Amino acid sequence: MNLFGYRLPGMSSLLLWGALWELVGHLEVTFFLPPLSAIFATLLEIASTKVFIKALADTGYAFFVGTFSAIVIGIPVGILMGKNRLIDEMLLPWVNMFLSAPLTALVPVLMVLFGFGLQAIIITTALFAIWIIVLNARAGVLQINRSLVEMAHSFGASPTDAFFKIYFWAALPEILGGVRIGFIRAVKGVIIGQLLISIVGFGALFELYSANFLMKHFWAVLLVLFSLAFLIAEFLAYLERRVAYYAARRAS
Amino acid sequence: MTKSTTNIEHAVTVRNVHKNYGDVQALENMSLDFPRGQLTSLLGPSGCGKTTLLKIIAGLLPATSGEIIVNGTPVTGPGPDRAFVFQDFALLPWASVLRNVAFGLELRGVAKSEREAIAEKYIANVGLAGFENSFPHELSGGMRQRVGLARALSVDAQVLLMDEPFSAVDEQTRRKFQEDLLGLVKNENKTFIFVTHSIEEAVYVSDQIAILLPRPSRVSEIIKPSGFRHKSADHIRRDPEYLDIVDNIWASLRSYVE
Ligand SMILES: Nc1ncnc2c1ncn2[C@@H]1O[C@H](COP(=O)(O)OP(=O)(O)OP(=O)(O)O)[C@@H](O)[C@H]1O
Ligand SMILES: [Mg+2]
Repeated sequence: MNLFGYRLPGMSSLLLWGALWELVGHLEVTFFLPPLSAIFATLLEIASTKVFIKALADTGYAFFVGTFSAIVIGIPVGILMGKNRLIDEMLLPWVNMFLSAPLTALVPVLMVLFGFGLQAIIITTALFAIWIIVLNARAGVLQINRSLVEMAHSFGASPTDAFFKIYFWAALPEILGGVRIGFIRAVKGVIIGQLLISIVGFGALFELYSANFLMKHFWAVLLVLFSLAFLIAEFLAYLERRVAYYAARRAS
Repeated sequence: MTKSTTNIEHAVTVRNVHKNYGDVQALENMSLDFPRGQLTSLLGPSGCGKTTLLKIIAGLLPATSGEIIVNGTPVTGPGPDRAFVFQDFALLPWASVLRNVAFGLELRGVAKSEREAIAEKYIANVGLAGFENSFPHELSGGMRQRVGLARALSVDAQVLLMDEPFSAVDEQTRRKFQEDLLGLVKNENKTFIFVTHSIEEAVYVSDQIAILLPRPSRVSEIIKPSGFRHKSADHIRRDPEYLDIVDNIWASLRSYVE
C-alpha cells in the first residue's frame, strides 16, 4: 500500500481498522463492541490471572500434542500411500472423505468416546490436521523422479534406506506445505473442540465471558487466539520458503 | 566374486531373454555376450529396448523369461558387481557433490570417513576437485554427469551400465567425455555396457557394437572395430575403418528411420 508516496509496511491497514474499531466503540453503538483500547486493558488485566494462564497452557498442550501426532502419523502414512499402490487404494477414499467432511459434527462422538476433557480435544485437533498432511506427503512422493528411486535400488538400498534417504527428502517441500496447512487446520480444531467441550481451556473462558456478557474479556481472548494462529502460520510459511529453494531445481 | 569365475571370458552373458510389458513385446529371445574388460555398445532405433535390456542386466527389471549371468552367477536383483550411470544423472538435489558420490558406498554401509576418502579420490579423478561441497543445481550438465560417473566408479563394481550417459550434455563436453571414456576402459579394467543413439559415438568408444532391431528386439549384427583402437584420440575420427563402419551401420539402420 502506498500513501502520499510512502511505501507502508505490510499490515499497516490494520491500524486503520483498529482506529475505526476504537471510534465505533466510543460511540457506544452496541454493547457488543467495546473500544479496542479497553479490550487491550482487559487483556493485560486477565493475562496474569490463573484461569487465563491455565487456559493458555491447556490449549497449547492440546494443540501441540494433537499436531505432533498428526505429523508423526500423517507423514509416514502419506509416504507409504505414495509408494504402495495397494495401501493407496485402501486409504485414499477415506483420506479424501475426511479431508472434506464436516469434522465438527464428529466432536460430540469423540466426547462420548474419549470423555469431556483434554483427550477429546487433542484427538479433534489431530483429526483436523492429519488429512491434508497425509495427502501432501503422498503428492510429494508421487512426483519423485523415478530414476532417483532406481538409483537407490541399483546401489542396493534397503526399503528403510529408500524411505528415509530418498522418499522423505524428495517429498520434503510438499510435506512442509502440508504441515503448514495442517497447523492452520489444527488451530481451528483446537478452538472448535474447546468451544464444543466447553469445560476446558479457552472454551470454559468463552462460556464464562459470553454467559455474563463480559464483552471486553471475550474480545481479549479472541484477539489472543487470532494473533497466535496468525503467528504460527507466518512462521511456517517462512520455514517453507527456506526449503523451497531446491524445490524448483529438483529436476536435476 | 570367487577366483574361479573371474577368468571367464565374458563378464556378462544374456541368454534367451524375453521381456513383455503387458501386450508389448520389448525383447524377443535376446542373446548377447559382453567380453570382460571391454566396452560394448547397444545401438538401435528409439524404442527398440536398449534401456529395457540394460535395466534387466542391472536387476532393476525382471525378465519375462531367460537369464542374465554376471561373473558366473545368475542375476536376481541389483548387486555390488554392477553400477548404473543414469541418463538424467539421478543426483540427490539436497545433497552435496561429496555425499552424492559417496551415496553408493553409504547405501552399502561403508563408514563415513572411509567412504568420503574414496569419494574424494574419484571426484578428483573425474576432474571435479574443489566442487566437493557444491550442490547439483550449481553444476553444469556435464559436471553433473561427472558426479554420476564418480558415484558409479567409487563403488568399484566390475560392470558399469551406462544408459545414454552423454545425451544430456553439450557436444563439446560430449567429445571430451568420449575421450575420457576410452581412458577409463583402458585403465579401470572394468566391463562397460553403453547405450547410445549416436553411431559415431558407438564406433568411437566401442570394442564391440551390438546393433538391435526394432521391437520385438533381437541382435541383428555384432561389429568389432579393431583396427584403430590403438590410435590416438584425434586420429580415430579420420581412420578409414572408422568411417567405413559408421557408413555401414547407417546403411543397415536407415531403413528403420522414417
Ligand atoms: N514401463 C513400460 N510399460 C510399457 N511399455 C514399456 C515400458 N517401458 C518401455 N516400454 C516399451 O518397451 C519398448 C522398449 O523401451 P526402451 O525404453 O527399452 O527403449 P529404448 O531402446 O531405450 O528407447 P530410447 O532409445 O528411446 O531410449 C518401447 O516400445 C516402450 O514403449
Ligand atoms: Mg532408452
